[in-house]
Amino acid sequence: MKGKISELLMHVVFFIAACTSVLAVALICIFLFANGVPAIVKIGIPDFLLGQKWKPSNNLYGILPFILGSIYVTAGSIAIGVPLALLLSVFLAFYCPKRLYPILKTMVNLMAGIPSVVYGFFGLVMVVPLMRELTGKDGSTMLTASILLGIMILPTVTGVTESALRSVPNSYYEGALALGATHERSVFATVFPAAKSGIMAGIVLGIGRSIGETMAVIMVAGNQTWMPQGLLKGVRTMTTNIVMEMGYAADLHREALIATGVVLFVFILLINLCVSALKHRAMSE
Amino acid sequence: MMEKKKKNTDSGIERWLQKCRNHPFSAVVEALVWLSGFVTLAIMVYLVAFIVIRGLPHLTPSLFSLTYNSDNVSLMPALVNTLIVTALSLVIAIPFGVFAAIYLVEYAKKGSRLVNLIRITAETLSGIPSIIYGLFGLLFFSTALHWGLSLLSGCLTLVIMILPLIIRTSEEALLSVPDSYREASFGLGAGKLRTIFRIVLPSAVPGILSGVVLATGRIVGETAALLYTAGTVAKIPDLMGSGRTLAVHMYVLSSEGLHMDESYATAVVLLALVLVLNGLSGLLAKGLTGKENR
Repeated sequence: MKGKISELLMHVVFFIAACTSVLAVALICIFLFANGVPAIVKIGIPDFLLGQKWKPSNNLYGILPFILGSIYVTAGSIAIGVPLALLLSVFLAFYCPKRLYPILKTMVNLMAGIPSVVYGFFGLVMVVPLMRELTGKDGSTMLTASILLGIMILPTVTGVTESALRSVPNSYYEGALALGATHERSVFATVFPAAKSGIMAGIVLGIGRSIGETMAVIMVAGNQTWMPQGLLKGVRTMTTNIVMEMGYAADLHREALIATGVVLFVFILLINLCVSALKHRAMSE
Repeated sequence: MMEKKKKNTDSGIERWLQKCRNHPFSAVVEALVWLSGFVTLAIMVYLVAFIVIRGLPHLTPSLFSLTYNSDNVSLMPALVNTLIVTALSLVIAIPFGVFAAIYLVEYAKKGSRLVNLIRITAETLSGIPSIIYGLFGLLFFSTALHWGLSLLSGCLTLVIMILPLIIRTSEEALLSVPDSYREASFGLGAGKLRTIFRIVLPSAVPGILSGVVLATGRIVGETAALLYTAGTVAKIPDLMGSGRTLAVHMYVLSSEGLHMDESYATAVVLLALVLVLNGLSGLLAKGLTGKENR
């Protein structure tokens, strides 16, 4: 009898533990939206989302520069990081000599573990001065942030893409080879298209990482509140806007920052949705 | 394919030149693929070497003195805070994460609506960037619960952040325990609970541990989630006081820009900690799969 009670008790304990993640997501949604949405309404939805000026001292809270900043920086990081990541995952899956593989794979895994603040520091002391020298102007630019983020998303995209490539049946590759295609053509024209959902999932995951990255961007992007003015000018993203000003903001200013977080959160949720849809498709293929 | 590999090592360049004549496009692609491997290797080696070479000379004993002041920006308080935050977050997150995984693997009916909901939410959590966790921690723990900027707020924020990671790795570890273990235990008359704690869980320990170590690495490297929950005070506080961890210390130092040499040294310590933790996690995970193969 005693055993039965403890069995039941632990069943309930396990169940409660399993529900914490549901509770956490619910709490995050409730607290973010409850604190952010009133500010958006107060400022006015068009003024907030499409306003081009962020001047808290003049009661101007337009976050369009930061939304565009986030999108541009993310697009830049994808343009730099994804081609490299795709080539790298092909290298890992089809080219890498057996002796080099464990070394390179470990390196890529360790790259994923390096804290973003260390990446940011590296950007600050290495990439920023380099850019300053190359362009002769300010080194903290959209391009600098894109390069750094491109490096940072490399392991994420590579990991997902490599496993997607490996899950394609070997017969695809061999079939192409038997028809006289070269090794490269077999890989890129048959295996690659077959793994496309998995690869897309990896890329979208990289987009999510990029758009949510904060500490590395804040250290190299310049953080000016103007509308993005080009690759070689400073830029501020949604994430950095929160960190830059949360320390001293009060009242509506603070709420506007939380509202910036809400907008970012909505972006992230949409991206998550894409990732799981793509993963689902990759599984069923 | 094997023959091709062999040729590759014999005269790679010659073979490639031959290919340039026959299939120029393929040859270019092959060169690019190899280049990507070396570029990645170069970036990683360069990054680590750059920070280590510049930082190591400044890693002086005074950097480890017990108090921080503006003359000697000691990283010791931050290091101690990191240990406290890591320990506390893990103590809370491991039971929740492992128990959740046990429920999902051993109890839940596959495909029930609740299980799907748990899975979706865990997946959502793992995709949320740390700044959103920081914002939530600020709103919930610091403001709504009136805990202010404190280690406790920071810890609980991190618990939510690493929970999906621990759930996922524990789940994988539990799933990799063969069903025959469970059946044998049931056959000997053990109850479900005894089977889980005596048979299934011990066999899953390396996998779970690998996830825990990975989570430790994430905690040690985390900045954005802690900046406005645990704060940036460079002291060793009690649980309800504000204190910076090593990663936050690193950010504050380098954004102040007054102590660049010390920033390099701090980066070395942080990098070493995280690389060791991640390497360890990899080894644990590999040990697990190695056992399976045998």
